[in-house]
Amino acid sequence: MSDAASEAAKLPARGALYPAGVPALLRLAAPWIALAALFAILPAIFASGTALTMMSLMGIMIVFALSYNMLLGETGLLSFGHAVYYGRGGFLAVHAMNVVIHDRLPVPLPLIPLVGAFGGLLFGIIFGSVSTRRAGTAFAMISLGLGELVASSSLILRGFFGGEEGVSTNRTKLLPVFGLHFGPQIQVYYLIAAWCLVCMVLMYALRRTPFGRMCNAVRENPERAQFVGYNPGTVRFIAFALAGLFAGVAGALAAINFELVNSAAVGAEQSGLVLLAAFIGGTGNFIGPVVGAVLVTWLELMLSDVTEVWQLYFGLLFIGMVMFAPRGIAGLVMMHEPLWQARAYGSMLRLALTYLIALVPALALIAGLILVIEMAYHVSVKASEGPTISLMHVTLSTTSATPWVAAAILVAGGFFLFRLTWPLVGAAWHDAFMQAHGSPRAK
Amino acid sequence: MLELVTISTLNGVLYGMLLFLMASGLTLIFSMMGVLNFAHASFYMLGAFFGFQISQMLGFWPAFVIAPVLVGGIGALIERYGLRYVHRHGPVAELLFTFGLAFVIVEIVQMIWGKGPVDYRVPASLDFSAFTVFSTNYPAYKMFELLTAIAIFAVLFAVLTRTRVGLIIQAALTHPHMVAMLGHNVPRVFMLVFGVGTGLAAVAGVIAGPALVTQSNMAAALGPILFVVVVVGGLGSLAGAFVASLLIGLVQTFAVSINLSVADVLGGIGVAAPASGVLSDVWTVTVAQLAPIIPYLLLVLILIFRPVGLMGTREH
Repeated sequence: MSDAASEAAKLPARGALYPAGVPALLRLAAPWIALAALFAILPAIFASGTALTMMSLMGIMIVFALSYNMLLGETGLLSFGHAVYYGRGGFLAVHAMNVVIHDRLPVPLPLIPLVGAFGGLLFGIIFGSVSTRRAGTAFAMISLGLGELVASSSLILRGFFGGEEGVSTNRTKLLPVFGLHFGPQIQVYYLIAAWCLVCMVLMYALRRTPFGRMCNAVRENPERAQFVGYNPGTVRFIAFALAGLFAGVAGALAAINFELVNSAAVGAEQSGLVLLAAFIGGTGNFIGPVVGAVLVTWLELMLSDVTEVWQLYFGLLFIGMVMFAPRGIAGLVMMHEPLWQARAYGSMLRLALTYLIALVPALALIAGLILVIEMAYHVSVKASEGPTISLMHVTLSTTSATPWVAAAILVAGGFFLFRLTWPLVGAAWHDAFMQAHGSPRAK
Repeated sequence: MLELVTISTLNGVLYGMLLFLMASGLTLIFSMMGVLNFAHASFYMLGAFFGFQISQMLGFWPAFVIAPVLVGGIGALIERYGLRYVHRHGPVAELLFTFGLAFVIVEIVQMIWGKGPVDYRVPASLDFSAFTVFSTNYPAYKMFELLTAIAIFAVLFAVLTRTRVGLIIQAALTHPHMVAMLGHNVPRVFMLVFGVGTGLAAVAGVIAGPALVTQSNMAAALGPILFVVVVVGGLGSLAGAFVASLLIGLVQTFAVSINLSVADVLGGIGVAAPASGVLSDVWTVTVAQLAPIIPYLLLVLILIFRPVGLMGTREH
């Protein structure tokens, strides 16, 4: 992954976007100002209570997924236990809030995520010191072991983790700021959005520092990083501790949002979710985990309403991404950037056309798979509710052969036609690159 | 006391041997392909559920044979059409692929058999007590589990060290290119090893299912311990996996039967435990309650003092 090289190639083009005379600082700040404006007006566009809750969760997940990507994307550390720092941040925050309420300390709610940051950093330092000496598979296994260690001790240390029911608090009882009590969800949304923005800016800035570059070097080739004079273990350790810090902020924001933290926050499922979010979005770009966090949160809330086996679709989506698009959604989009840069609009249009052609059988294949999964689920688990199911307002009988045959035809036909149409995409891709660069590039 | 020690030793060795049935496949797959199969415990779970389903239809003994073969076949297919394809994206993608696989297998099992436990029972032909130690009746089924595990261990050992296939596998572990040059189909050897490895996990599932609870969380409960075994034993070392399996089996079984807490020990030498406070649980928690986290503590200790594992030779 020549991330640095491609970014260096981008710089002049990015500068050309702005007219001469715009101060450099403003150029740097422009995307963030735009993002802040977006965060500010989103509640006006999506005003319903559900949307507000969802956007709050997305904000939390963005911070969490970006902190995860500091490990996986930037430093090449695959962690299966990142929820430990999220959960620790959350628990410390919730305990801090209770102490503040109990002792009537003059601490306003917006400062509570700092406690989470401290908790995440502390445990990042403790666990990082034992786990970051090695990378690769060994690191992955250690992170899993540490995650399990914390998850199972959370059921033993009931005083701190609150046992099965967790620890609850009341966010409105803290010192009000400018008359805000943070009772309504809209105020909590803005609190989360503000912290999300701050964390995004910080993590983006960190990526651009020499330290961020050293992380990439350690990911690509630890031996050469060592020759340059940096200890890969130390670089990994610092990255790990900082990732813990931001995960702690996310955990504290979650604690504020739910007013409750339980042992699920440190568990394997939470660790798996953030891995899914970062990977599906794309670990190679800064924007990838953001896209992944938004998508995964949306899917989690939307799909779980539509189907009971939503996690299966989730897993299948993840496997599909690992197999066919290991650089994630952002990676897929960024693949087209050279074409855009070369202003090869004609060939891009043809490429888009072939995408549409290949999309039809792909959709048929997916529809067939969904049909099979839903009917199989109904037959095996909910057989007592009768043989009919309703899918997208179409009522089907799982005991008659017709829907099963239809599903089989969709799957087999879709697969066959997809195999036929996919070479068209390959050819269009080849042509487009020939036109843009004068040389073909393997996809 | 002696009774407790005898029974705990038997149970510990049994648990350890079951762990080794799975850890051996995991270790072989890892040494060969460099892939730590995250879904290995899921194949164990598939083995248990297939065993349950087939024993409902045909009885326990056919299930004992058919279920592992089926699961091994599924494993081989997954290697052939999934893992081999993902290999081009590098080791992280391979690990993530097996991670996704574990996720999907749990969901499929829940989709077919539901979230609750299924009624997978000890077959009537093995439902009696084998012998009586002191006053405890030791069930024959547990002896059957133990003997099966030992028999498979012996066969595996013999195949790996005494046969031509074993020779090729051992050679492919260290010198895959040379083996390929000599005209052996190394990818097919990989597929075979993956299939046999997952099949062994399924054997463990079929025989452990009736003794433990067969339900959809059994993979998540056992998987992490399995990784502890292979890391503690030393990644890629079969002998290490064997020692670590027995060690963890014994330690966990003995820990469950020790009802002692820090407060008890300190109370004996005259130090009073604090009555309340956020961390007061540390004082009152017993060794038995700590049993589930002991493997992970062991993992952390090993990583601090001997990062290559008990018998590992290489750093990964």
